[in-house]
Amino acid sequence: MSTEEIEAMFSITGRDYTNAGRASTSIKGILKRLGINPAVVRRTAIASYEAEMNLVMYAVRGTMHLRVNPATVTLEVEDEGPGIKDIALAMQEGYSTATPEMREMGFGAGMGLPNIKRNSDQFEISSAAGRGTRLSIRINQAS
Amino acid sequence: MPITPLAPKAMTLAQIRDLISAEVLCGTDLSIKVAEVGAADMMSDVLALSKPGMLLLTGLVNTQVIRTAVVADLCGVVFVRGKNPGGEILKLAREAHLPVLSTSLTMFETAGRLYEVISGR
Repeated sequence: MSTEEIEAMFSITGRDYTNAGRASTSIKGILKRLGINPAVVRRTAIASYEAEMNLVMYAVRGTMHLRVNPATVTLEVEDEGPGIKDIALAMQEGYSTATPEMREMGFGAGMGLPNIKRNSDQFEISSAAGRGTRLSIRINQAS
Repeated sequence: MPITPLAPKAMTLAQIRDLISAEVLCGTDLSIKVAEVGAADMMSDVLALSKPGMLLLTGLVNTQVIRTAVVADLCGVVFVRGKNPGGEILKLAREAHLPVLSTSLTMFETAGRLYEVISGR
């Protein structure tokens, strides 16, 4: 378990597929260097990458904010974009509004949000249609 | 009848390279042991279903394959159907110390050969 408290902020640009995943790779590196349990690192990295891909695929721009304390890893993802009209529907496995372009990249199977939730101990999502989406997840280090 | 659990046999990456007639595009340590293999073109499925240490067989060629493998703690990637990843993809893999192989075999043939050995059937 880490005893350090750190924060890191990443800016993400929509449709920038070249750099998509770079922030999550950095987040994974930070957690590894802190000596956090590999299972916690993997869960955080997967949730972070799914969220980052969602942001890149759907939003105009956004930020990812990582906070680590000795007990928890928290990730807050905020974007400016179309938002999600029906969150309950978006949380259903297999439901997707992905374009053929997104599917060609290997994404858009309607698994992203459910997979983020599955890897989190606490999951909160809110969205305003036409404005953006805010996602906050927490992963307990002792879990 | 009790079901006898299969005894999976781990193979090294070097043994896998020979079995599926693959070329090693990057990665120097071929002594890595592989006991689990998954085949997918959807990275969403890999992120949802893979286990750490798994070897990924895929026909999808883009940088997200490498990012997915790194994020999900996979042990390596095999591109099937003779697909050759470009320099950008291999650069990313090298930075992450992720072994990458390429075989001209189909996904079905590649998976079949590996399944026969690794599943222990």
